[in-house]
Amino acid sequence: MDLNVITENMAYLAGGLALTFQIAGLAIACGLCWGILLGMGRLSKNRLLYYPASAYVQFFRGIPLILVIFWIYFLLPLITGDSLGEFLAVVVSFTLYEASYFAEIIRSGIQSVPTGQVNAGLATGMRPRQLAFYIILPQALRNMVPSLVNHAVVIFQDTSLAYVIGLREFLRRVNLVDAREARSVELYLFAGLVYFVICSLGTLASHKLEHRSQTCRSNL
Amino acid sequence: MIEISNVSLWYASYKALDDISVSIAKGQTMVICGPSGSGKSTLLRCINGLEKFQQGSIFVDGVGVQDRATDIYALRSHIGMVFQHFELYPHKTILENVILAPIKVRGISRKDAKHQGRNLLDRVGVLDQADKFPAELSGGQQQRVSIARALAMEPAVMLFDEPTSALDPEMIKEVLDVMTDLAREGMTMVVVTHEMGFARRVADDILFMDQGCIVERKTAEDFFLHPSNERTRRFLERVMDYDINGRGR
Amino acid sequence: MLNYTFDWSVLWRQPYGEMMLLGIRTTITLSLAGWCIAVLVGVIVAGLRSSKNVWMRSLGLAYVLVFRNIPFLVQLFVWYFAAPLLLSADARSWLYDNVQNYDYWCGIVGLGLYTASRVAEQFRSGLRSIPQDQYRAAYATGLRPNQVYRYVIFPYAFRIIIPSFTTEFLTCFKNSALTMTIGVMEITHTAYYIDSFTWHGLETTTAASLCYLFIAQIIALLMWQVERRMHIMGMITRGH
Repeated sequence: MDLNVITENMAYLAGGLALTFQIAGLAIACGLCWGILLGMGRLSKNRLLYYPASAYVQFFRGIPLILVIFWIYFLLPLITGDSLGEFLAVVVSFTLYEASYFAEIIRSGIQSVPTGQVNAGLATGMRPRQLAFYIILPQALRNMVPSLVNHAVVIFQDTSLAYVIGLREFLRRVNLVDAREARSVELYLFAGLVYFVICSLGTLASHKLEHRSQTCRSNL
Repeated sequence: MIEISNVSLWYASYKALDDISVSIAKGQTMVICGPSGSGKSTLLRCINGLEKFQQGSIFVDGVGVQDRATDIYALRSHIGMVFQHFELYPHKTILENVILAPIKVRGISRKDAKHQGRNLLDRVGVLDQADKFPAELSGGQQQRVSIARALAMEPAVMLFDEPTSALDPEMIKEVLDVMTDLAREGMTMVVVTHEMGFARRVADDILFMDQGCIVERKTAEDFFLHPSNERTRRFLERVMDYDINGRGR
Repeated sequence: MLNYTFDWSVLWRQPYGEMMLLGIRTTITLSLAGWCIAVLVGVIVAGLRSSKNVWMRSLGLAYVLVFRNIPFLVQLFVWYFAAPLLLSADARSWLYDNVQNYDYWCGIVGLGLYTASRVAEQFRSGLRSIPQDQYRAAYATGLRPNQVYRYVIFPYAFRIIIPSFTTEFLTCFKNSALTMTIGVMEITHTAYYIDSFTWHGLETTTAASLCYLFIAQIIALLMWQVERRMHIMGMITRGH
């Protein structure tokens, strides 16, 4: 077990980790925005919004992310004529794919607010917009946040898939170092450890948030 | 005050309300009772537009509930409703629960709303809990807050949907006491309940419903002493210690 | 804009047609084999996590934490690149000489163990959602522990778990695509591979997507049928 291979390449690997965080951050932000719109479409009573949104979600949940990455990177430029950069291709495919999961989390968060609450608000004369803002959203957000954080952790793990188009994020760099130094055991266990620590922290945060949101809920 | 004329309601092919006609005068307290599934709660929810009926009409203080010209949100601010499961907003304190609608719907200033809110909480006996969250209160206290929240909008009519059914027995009295005071002060009330003692003492009229129809409507005294319908008698026998020959115990 | 000529015959022209079919077959066998391992190991881990012994509980917890917090791709690389190096030189040369399709077997093991951690969690949450009073009622009628589990608890838990189980199988099926990174020629890899010969990757990846979607629909239909038959009145089985 020779740990020098890790310490010698630390700067290179750290650069990869920084890129991983960048990809994850952008994917989460953009995916969430697009996911909110999709989620609202899924909740809408308007058929023009509901059916396309549902079809989109069903489609992207039925195929692997790796296939989406291929589509965007290799195949879309063939049609549109110009080539997206690797980084952009990854961010776009993540946004499109993860949005469908965010949409479902948001939809079930909003649907988890009991209809009794809606009736209580309506009974005092509140209008739909007031209802949504003061009664539904605060409660829905408390329900959603743990799942959203959990999914952010999943996205962080998914960034390793950028490997397939050669983007030099953390895992790719580990792989390149391994190709050069052939010290697979140390390198991949190290990679595993890094991901483990970061994802564990994320999962812990989501548990803490879930615990906090339970305490101020009524025991009906 | 409330005019219900020939109202019928269907859930798909199931007829929940069958040609219901009732009128309730101002200042009256009407109790609606009957077995489960008789449509009592459905009828109550039709009055403030939370349920939509397919036939007939309901007028509250001259305003048609399903009239296209009616602003249902404005109408609802004049009708107060208390729910079986309290439905206090869990993410707001007791006081905030009470003042939310006055501020957002009636446009009162926060300061005035808080002042009014505290008065109401005092009236129902929970002023000392004003800054707590619903989860910290007992069921009886939560329901009393629920009544205060409805009263905060200064409604012309109060609707109660089985207000004590979800409470432990020892807390039922405190809620019924608040409701009794309200009735004595002249509030127009429609109460769906199983509490026959309350009905006997406080109600002006009692409506007995079964399977979506009105079976009987009588004054409180007549209802218990001289029920005319067989179904009513059987119901009373099951709900109270009641002699089938018409003599109460 | 569309400077691309479609050539759909690449899907059935030999040798590509046969490659595609082989790819589909590999995807299916890989997923099913991985799923079997996942269920077996998952039950064991769920059992560990529900055990009264604190060491067994910790072991179960450690398994789940490790396999859920490390990306699947990293796990595959560990099995494929790193694990053989931990064996003795003799064992390693035996492995490389005698095991054909080492990448395929690595894929199955990796997929199975990864999916097992998720399956274990679902077993556990299914068991936990059964109210304590059910156990008490069963014991009160005189049943022994193994009878209680066999006749009362497991059938009940099974019905609760089914929706999330079928979703998990679909996830396992999609994750099989990742084994392409260690060389397994399943359908996604095949689609990509054909592109490098024919430059008609668009058609092949479309076909691959349709495969996944088709299987997803079949699984959804199956789940709907199973749920219909096993629905317990008054019980909410859609728990995910």
